[in-house]
Amino acid sequence: MNPNYLDFEQPIAELEAKIEELQLVGAGDGIDIAEEIQTLRGKSIKLTEKIYANLSPWDIVKVARHPQRPYSLDYIPRIFTEFDELHGDRHFGDDKAIIGGVARLNGEPVMVIGQEKGRSVKDKVYRNFGMPKPEGYRKALRLMEMAERFKMPVITLIDTPGAYPGIDSEERGISEAIAQNLAVMSRLKTPIVCVVIGEGSSGGALGIGVGDHLAMLQYSTYFVISPEGCANIIWKSSEFAPDAAAAMGVTSSILQELGIVDATIPEPMGGAHRDIDGMASRIKSHIETELARLKSQSLDDLLAARYDRLLSIGN
Amino acid sequence: MSWLDKILPTGVRKDTSEKRANVPEGLWKKCVKCEAVLYRPELERNADVCPKCDHHMRIGARRRLALFLDQGSGREILADIEPIDRLKFKDKKRYKDRLSAAQKSTGERDALIAMQGTVLALPVVTVAFEFNFHGGSMGYVVGEKFARAATIAIEQKQPLVCFSASGGARMQEALISLMQMAKTSAVIERMKREGIPYISVMTDPIYGGVSASLALLGDINVAEPDARAGFAGPNIIEQTIRQKLPPGFQRSEFLLEHGAIDMIVHRNDMRETLGGLLQKFTHSASTRGDVSADELVDSDASENA
Repeated sequence: MNPNYLDFEQPIAELEAKIEELQLVGAGDGIDIAEEIQTLRGKSIKLTEKIYANLSPWDIVKVARHPQRPYSLDYIPRIFTEFDELHGDRHFGDDKAIIGGVARLNGEPVMVIGQEKGRSVKDKVYRNFGMPKPEGYRKALRLMEMAERFKMPVITLIDTPGAYPGIDSEERGISEAIAQNLAVMSRLKTPIVCVVIGEGSSGGALGIGVGDHLAMLQYSTYFVISPEGCANIIWKSSEFAPDAAAAMGVTSSILQELGIVDATIPEPMGGAHRDIDGMASRIKSHIETELARLKSQSLDDLLAARYDRLLSIGN
Repeated sequence: MSWLDKILPTGVRKDTSEKRANVPEGLWKKCVKCEAVLYRPELERNADVCPKCDHHMRIGARRRLALFLDQGSGREILADIEPIDRLKFKDKKRYKDRLSAAQKSTGERDALIAMQGTVLALPVVTVAFEFNFHGGSMGYVVGEKFARAATIAIEQKQPLVCFSASGGARMQEALISLMQMAKTSAVIERMKREGIPYISVMTDPIYGGVSASLALLGDINVAEPDARAGFAGPNIIEQTIRQKLPPGFQRSEFLLEHGAIDMIVHRNDMRETLGGLLQKFTHSASTRGDVSADELVDSDASENA
C-alpha cells in the first residue's frame, strides 16, 4: 500500500506506479511509449474523478486528515506577504499549535491566525499535533483585540483535532479560554473571515471560528465531536466512525444546507495536497472577495448582521 | 403541604440518575457517597444534601428553581420551544425516538427550564438544566432558550442566573449544537455590555461545550461543593496522557484553587448568597441581617426591577 494515497485511492496509486515504471523503461530503451503513458494518464485522471465524485463523509474525513494535507504554514506564505509572526499570550507562554501574526493581503494589513498540526514527527510534537492549550486561545484573543485597535480584518485558518485534553490545559482554564474567544469574536469591531482548511474539531475549532463569514474547503470537515468519539459513545465502538460521520453530517455540503457554513471552496482534483499553489490561490481569491464585501458595510451593520446570524443558528 | 405531597414528585419518578442504592424504593434512600441510609422527607427538607456527609445529590431543574426562587414567585417562560431533528440523526435508534422517550420520562420538552420570579424580592430571570434529559446536553432548544431568556433579562433589566448540569453539546444535533456555544456566548457578551449581571452556577457535572461557553462566562462563577467541571472528560484525558489523574481533579475545589470560579456555595446557602450578590450588583437594599424596614423602603430597588 502506497502511504501517499488513502485506502480508497489505491487503484489510482497502482495506475500512477505503472506510469512511473513505463517512464523508467522508456528512458532506458528509447522505445516510444509516450502514447501508452498518455492513455494511462487519462485513465488515472478519469479514475480520480470517479473516486472523488463518490466520496463518503468518512472518506472526506480521511482526505481532511491526509498526511500530505496542506497546513496553515503551507498556505500563509502563498496567500499573504510580509507575515510577521507574533508570539505569546502575555500570561503564561507561547502555544505552538496556534500561530498568528500581521501580514499583508494584496498590500492591505491583516491579522492572520491559524492552527498548525506540524508535518514531520518532530514538528508534530513541537506543535502538539495542532491541539491548542489555553495560552493558544489567549494569544489568538490578544491578536484579535490588537487587530480591532489597528483596524485590520482577522482571517483564521481552522485545522485541529481539538483543544488539548490534558491536566495543564484544565488547570489553566481551557473552557474559559475558548468561551472568552467566542464571546469576544461575537462583537469584535473588525471583519472576521474563517476558513476550515482541514479538520474542524469541536470547541477547539470554534475557539477561533466565530466571525462574519465561514468557508470550508471542499474536502475539509467540521464536527461537534470526532466521528470516532461519537461512535465510541453512541455505538460503543470506534469501528462505527464511518456511520457516525454520515449521521452527524460533517461535510461542507450538509453544513451549507443547514446554513452554518456560507461557502465551499472547491479543491483541485484529488484534494488540496495535489496542488497546494492552486489551492492557496483559490483560498486567496475567496478571502479577497469576502473581505471586500464585508468592508463595504458599515461597522454597525457588520456587527448587527454577525450577532443576528449567531442568534439565529438552528432556527 | 402534607409529607406525602412532599415526597411524591421526586420520590416517585425523578431519582433514576443516582446509582444503585441498595435500599427499597420509598421512604429511604442511600447516600451514594457515604452510603448512609437516609429518611427521604428529612433529605428533601435539606434540599437533597446528605445530612451525614454533605454530599450534594443531583436534583431536577424544576426542584432547583423552586429551591432558589422566593416561594411561589416562579413563572415558567419560553416553555414552547420544541427540539427539531434537522439531521434526521439515526444510530441504533432514531434521535426522534430518543427525544420522545426523554420527553416521556422527564415530562420536559428539552433539557433547559426557564423562569422569571424573585429571589430575596429581587426580580430575576433564571434557567436550569435538566440533567435527566439527554444528560443535560445542549442542542438547539437549550441554546435558543438560554439566548431568549438572556434577551428578556436585557430588555427587562433583570439579572440572569443559570444553574448548569450538562455532559456538553448534544451529538445528535451535531454542528447546530456546537454553534449554540457561539450563540450563548454572544448573548452573554451583550449582557456584559448592557450591564446585566449574570451568575453562572455549576452543579455536578459540567463538561464540554457547556463548560466552554455559558458556564464559565459569568460575571460571577459559582460551583456547588464537590461538583465536577471541566472541558474534557477524565477518561479522555487519561487516555491522552496515559496517567492517572490526581485526586480532586476537576472538582469545585480544584476550580477555585485554579481561579476558574469565584466561590463554592452550599446548596442551602444558594438563595442568600446569590440574592445578596445580586442586590449589590443592582444597587438594591440589603435584606440580609438586621436591616430595618425603613431602610428597605428608602431604597430604589423598584427602579432596578
